[in-house]
Amino acid sequence: MADAWSLYSSKVMDHFKNPRNVGEIENPDGVGHVGNPVCGDIMELYIKVKDGTIVDAKFKTFGCGAAIATSSMVTEIVKGKSLKEALNISNKTVAEALDGLPAVKMHCSVLAEEALKSAIEDYLNKSRKTRGGREQ
Amino acid sequence: MRRIYLDHSATTPTHPEVVRAMLPFFTDSFGNPSSIYSYGQEAKGAVEEARTKVAQLIGARSEEIVFTSGGTEADNFALKGVAYADEHKGNHVITTSIEHHAVLETCKFLERSGFQITCLPVDKYGLVDPDDVKKAITNKTILISVMHANNEVGTIEPVEEISRIARAAGICFHSDAVQTIGHIPVNVDELTVDLLSISGHKLYGPKGVGALYVRKGTKLVPLMHGGEHEKRRRAGTENVPGIVGLGKAADLAGQEMSKEAERLACLRDKLIKGLERKIDRIRLNGHPTKRLPNNVNVSVDFVEGESMILNLDLEGICVSTGSACSSASLEPSHVLLALGLSPEQAHGSLRFTLGRENTEADIERVLSVLPGIVTKLRAMSPLLKTRK
Repeated sequence: MADAWSLYSSKVMDHFKNPRNVGEIENPDGVGHVGNPVCGDIMELYIKVKDGTIVDAKFKTFGCGAAIATSSMVTEIVKGKSLKEALNISNKTVAEALDGLPAVKMHCSVLAEEALKSAIEDYLNKSRKTRGGREQ
Repeated sequence: MRRIYLDHSATTPTHPEVVRAMLPFFTDSFGNPSSIYSYGQEAKGAVEEARTKVAQLIGARSEEIVFTSGGTEADNFALKGVAYADEHKGNHVITTSIEHHAVLETCKFLERSGFQITCLPVDKYGLVDPDDVKKAITNKTILISVMHANNEVGTIEPVEEISRIARAAGICFHSDAVQTIGHIPVNVDELTVDLLSISGHKLYGPKGVGALYVRKGTKLVPLMHGGEHEKRRRAGTENVPGIVGLGKAADLAGQEMSKEAERLACLRDKLIKGLERKIDRIRLNGHPTKRLPNNVNVSVDFVEGESMILNLDLEGICVSTGSACSSASLEPSHVLLALGLSPEQAHGSLRFTLGRENTEADIERVLSVLPGIVTKLRAMSPLLKTRK
């Protein structure tokens, strides 16, 4: 059975078989929850932020091979990045890091990007509230 | 690693004896059945012999068999053929929500062309209620199409009862029997069908060939126009090797079917029981007893089908799912949704369809591998956490 005929690149399969950063972060600084059951992909992304840098990221995903691989890859990419850098990570960055995705699976990389953005937004909202609270 | 193929409802490997029967018709006996010299007549003889064999398998007369390019063409021919032949009588067609796309999409096409389609619901096991059929009939109804058994969940429909209703109302009745022909007994008179679709590659025959049974006296407008092949019902030079292969496959199925169905039903039940014992939060989709002898369809809570399939594939096990993460719509199986499953359950479905070469060892292998895969995927599932 030639690997050449597999649906996914070997990098996707690597991240699918051995996903990095699976799980939840206790007391996360930001959580992104995207996707819906109708489409069959649900992603949860947790981040820990220190001094404007994402120091840890974890995920939980219900979804296909591409959904799991993109979740795994985005958590890898984002670690050590500043929030500003992280906000610039697009779905293409994730897909390219996986040596590409089949066209019908590109939506999974979009979901990974959205999960990350939503986690960062959650962090920013929370920190705004905290700051607001101190000022009062 | 030995590969374990458990997707026989998708396609079957061509039986070696079928391949052997076909081979001469590519080379030595390559003639066109329409030619009057010996090469042609040899090929014609082989086509007619195959027609007889297919007819015998379903208790039909050989002149009632029209060869097609497969099940999809047979369904298209039946539905469009009757609709256009009988449009002066009415424009209403009744079918079910769990038909194969070859029927459903053809119905949608007819709907766009001005026909009215009633798509009947099914119960939680996938059964059509004959009373619903009766109630749906109007004085405009010209065709009722209900599949013999569902390709995804394996539920065997009460076709005899429904066809009797159709017969009593004088309405043409079609059944897509692609999943049952060669697997369980099918007799066109007992089922009282007027039209029946057959596919070669679902019964260890070759791909690219099928047939439509057309009861004598049933009027159909052809899909293909051209020469006078198949008694002017389907123009185009016959796919002689394919037809010979289908004939041989029908012949073999007739001999092996009853024993094989019994053997597969045992393996099927072993797999169902084993899965239920070894994996929690798993449910059988389809009917517990009115079901194809080779079909197991389950939903595994909290995990998605494709990710299970990929993991099984890494272990050399080939199965399918009703999840559709790669389809354009992303929506899961219309069949599972029609049975009332939630989208999560439909996305978490696995279909195992057993066949000739499967053994008890294959079932044991699945049972030893799948629980670990499910545990691994559940550990990363956000759905499981939501439940806690």
